[in-house]
Amino acid sequence: MMNYSSGPPETESRTLPTPAVRAEGLTVVRGPRTVLRGLDFTVPRGQITGLLGPSGCGKSTLMRAIVGTQAKVTGTLDVLGLSAGHPTLRTRIGYVTQAPSVYDDLTVRQNLDYFAAILTLGRAASARRTDIDRVLADVDLTTHADSLAGNLSGGQRSRVSLAVALLGTPELLILDEPTVGLDPVLRRDLWNLFHDIAASRGATLLISSHVMDEAERCHRLLLMREGEILADDTPDALRTRTGSETVEAAFLHLVDEAAAAGRRKETAR
Amino acid sequence: MSTPTTKKPTKPTKKPTMNTTAPTSALNVSRTTATAARVLRQLRHDPRTIVMMILIPCVMLFLLRYVFDGSPRTFDGIGASLLGIFPLITMFLVTSIATLRERTSGTLERLLAMPLGKGDLIAGYALAFGTLAIIQSALATGLAVWFLGLDVVGSPWLLLLVALLDALLGTALGLFVSAFAASEFQAVQFMPAVIFPQLLLCGLFTPRDNMHPVLEAISDVLPMSYAVDGMNEVLRHTDMTATFIRDVLIVAGCALLVLGLGAATLRRRTA
Ligand SMILES: Nc1ncnc2c1ncn2[C@@H]1O[C@H](COP(=O)(O)OP(=O)(O)OP(=O)(O)O)[C@@H](O)[C@H]1O
Ligand SMILES: [Mg+2]
Repeated sequence: MMNYSSGPPETESRTLPTPAVRAEGLTVVRGPRTVLRGLDFTVPRGQITGLLGPSGCGKSTLMRAIVGTQAKVTGTLDVLGLSAGHPTLRTRIGYVTQAPSVYDDLTVRQNLDYFAAILTLGRAASARRTDIDRVLADVDLTTHADSLAGNLSGGQRSRVSLAVALLGTPELLILDEPTVGLDPVLRRDLWNLFHDIAASRGATLLISSHVMDEAERCHRLLLMREGEILADDTPDALRTRTGSETVEAAFLHLVDEAAAAGRRKETAR
Repeated sequence: MSTPTTKKPTKPTKKPTMNTTAPTSALNVSRTTATAARVLRQLRHDPRTIVMMILIPCVMLFLLRYVFDGSPRTFDGIGASLLGIFPLITMFLVTSIATLRERTSGTLERLLAMPLGKGDLIAGYALAFGTLAIIQSALATGLAVWFLGLDVVGSPWLLLLVALLDALLGTALGLFVSAFAASEFQAVQFMPAVIFPQLLLCGLFTPRDNMHPVLEAISDVLPMSYAVDGMNEVLRHTDMTATFIRDVLIVAGCALLVLGLGAATLRRRTA
């Protein structure tokens, strides 16, 4: 046995040289306001990181910055070892916008066909077909493959949008509230799918959500409030640290704490 | 609650973007044709629009023929000009609405986050609407020349060529103005703003050299003037004249220029 490669932490750090996302002093200005204020965090590879926070705190903005569609980004933001928005990242990231972005006047399959053609250049038509069938099954829309996207229910449309991001084998999936408006059974199935993607492919998932019981299913959590990161930890550690039963309680605790601190700062001024 | 506006005096640090060296900017054939096929598929689910695009020019020419029943010479002039104007207007409208929808539905953001070049997207649109324009112009030209007695001295193929270039110009203009429209209402208003002045000044109503010198000078820099001029050259001359070639080159050049401007309005990063 070679003793220099025996330590598991060491091999671990060799196979995972860079985090999936690394931000330092990440600041984003949208219109008149500073939406993200000097964020520092990392998203580890091969895990599901939940992005939680009240409406308007900047979750979608942060995701857009990582994907490279957000303008006026300053600071450091490295994604898969490259700076965010690097052209070669475009095939390596799957992105689901908060509002479903699909063509309403195409069928579900035609939508997937087109995006697959854009993504997986030069792949054989049969391979592309298999891929499309797979993602259709993943989001449970096989029976609706030939319906017009515009004629689907809200939850079905958002699943089409999710299916597009699952095409190919993206190393990083950025999912902006992918389970909003879905029933409990479907949500459970999708979370199983997310875990499966992380475990089998070693893909990284960054998933924003409002639903706190979904937070319990993440490996790590980023809690945000008003453009700042309140906490960056595992769900267990968060609960222990705040002495709360659930992540929801822990989150409320942290928000109250931050609000109180904010008030103290203001009165001190 | 107060926001600490004085905290950071917008000091632009290292920008995390390297978009200057986009390898996807060169035209990619399979992505372009996939985009064109997608645009045509979208239209196929909307047969009424297709029927209207193709039939309205024919109906208008038919009407015109009998409006000028007593003066077939007038019909020749106006009819030929209209063959150049229809594709421009139709494609302008269709493209500006289609690309506006692409912007507002979020599909543009999604596409630009994917390895799709801006050129692929624009060429895809141009290809799709160019195909439609060929069908539209072929039917309108055929109807005018063979059934309504439009008296063309030159080759009808040249009429078709000019019509196709006009369609491309319309697509280019539509793509460009859609960047400045925040809603469908605004997009439709660009039609009177961009198209009507050209329509008035292009020589359709009165020869351009009869207009006030100022207006004539303006018409000299509007591309539709050359589209109409080219049509009239084919109408009156058996061979390709130098003027015709100049007209065709100007229309094609304008179309390319505006397509390039349109590409510049597609931003991967938006506010
Ligand atoms: N296009 C825009 N122009 C200017 N400001 C914007 C724009 N979009 C969002 N904002 C502002 O940026 C802030 C953060 O918005 P963002 O969409 O990132 O929030 P979010 O956390 O995703 O909220 P939600 O949970 O409701 O989706 C908000 O205060 C919002 O007003
Ligand atoms: Mg959001």
